[in-house]
Amino acid sequence: MENKDSTVKLVGFWVSPFVQRVRWALKLKGIEYEYIEEDIFNRSHLLSELNPVHQKVPVLVHNGKPLPESFIILEYIDETWKHNPSLPQDPHERATARFWAKFAEEKLFGAAWIGLCSEDDEQEGAVKSSIEALEKIEEKLKGKNFFGGDRIGYVDIINGWISYMLPIWEEVASMKIYDPMKFPAVTSWISNFREHPVIKEEYLPSKDEMIVYFQWRRKVLKGTYPPMFSNLVKKI
Amino acid sequence: MAEVKLFGSSGSPFSRRIEVALKLKGVEYEFIEEDIYNKKSPLLLKYNPVHKKVPVLLHNGKPICESLVILEYIDETWEGPSILPKDPYERAMARFWVKFLDEKCFPAMWQACWSIGEEQEKAKEEATEFLKILEGTLSGKKFFGGDSIGMVDIGANFIAYWFMLPQELAGFEVLTKEKFPKLNEWKNEYLNCSIIKENPPLKDKLTALFRARFQAVGAAK
Repeated sequence: MENKDSTVKLVGFWVSPFVQRVRWALKLKGIEYEYIEEDIFNRSHLLSELNPVHQKVPVLVHNGKPLPESFIILEYIDETWKHNPSLPQDPHERATARFWAKFAEEKLFGAAWIGLCSEDDEQEGAVKSSIEALEKIEEKLKGKNFFGGDRIGYVDIINGWISYMLPIWEEVASMKIYDPMKFPAVTSWISNFREHPVIKEEYLPSKDEMIVYFQWRRKVLKGTYPPMFSNLVKKI
Repeated sequence: MAEVKLFGSSGSPFSRRIEVALKLKGVEYEFIEEDIYNKKSPLLLKYNPVHKKVPVLLHNGKPICESLVILEYIDETWEGPSILPKDPYERAMARFWVKFLDEKCFPAMWQACWSIGEEQEKAKEEATEFLKILEGTLSGKKFFGGDSIGMVDIGANFIAYWFMLPQELAGFEVLTKEKFPKLNEWKNEYLNCSIIKENPPLKDKLTALFRARFQAVGAAK
């Protein structure tokens, strides 16, 4: 007889946008879980055990088995709990959703993060790249309530950080990427996303705490770039 | 008119992934060779306006871009041997390792090939570290996918082919039998399995391509 621990645990960090995605995904499916806060700057043995390769949050633990990486966790959640699917059923639409999630992560999130951590020419280049990416996203959202159409889904969850974290980065780093006048479809999407009955009720880090945190990150990281996005830096 | 078209390049490991997957599923397709270094075709630019890169799969007139996205699409669309496992946890782990290949192994190995001096030494160290982690997952398995090839094996094709050639041409080795016994065994199994053996990339063409790139890069340094 198998003795699986069928509880769901989420190991996270209070301000991580990657962890936030998993919170939203679990909430949208109505899945109960135990949240375990991990101080990523003072890591416990837990993260080394659960995510030995990258030692990062989020990690989802289900049936005693750990899973890292927000994109991967989101697909796992969708395949394991089949109600309220976040990805479309049609293979071509699924492929399109995966494509745009990857695009937004690499070209907007990645560039905006560099903007947060840089100044002068580097920042200018990063802001330019971010705006170009946002323009493509604007086109994608035209005439739609959410990325997939009428229902909230995978791409919305992946891009949810835009609705609450991007303005913080802009303020902290004195940069302008998202201009509501230039991006009406994105503005409409932000409102739809934030007002969604499930998203509205879910935890979000406070604005004041985020400002303090990202001011500190900017100070520490200015002039250095996370390796994952180093190929983006060379293009700027 | 072919129902399935693949815009690719025989020099691209990403493009090669798609060919392996289509052959695995027994899908007939038309291959359109793109000259990715000199002049991309208007069709490629039309079907992948965002990235303008190969591979692009065209199925019933609809384009799909990005090799990993295409691999998942192929698995979902056609019957035949599975590219991803059925179990959600195993699927997630396969996706994890193929992402590790693309975000860590490939960039480090590529950098180790094309850089010089201190940058190259650092890249070689990183590549060795990542490959060691990857090798660890092969414990007791013939392929990353178990008894037969799967997404991670297909994704790791560049380890089997492309790394061997630039290493020979550049005159250094990171992936040695002594340091990576399991990966070398995997490489041999992979190259020997029927789907790969029947459809090898043209070694001469690849060698010529790499030699040309080495010369171009060397001239620029």
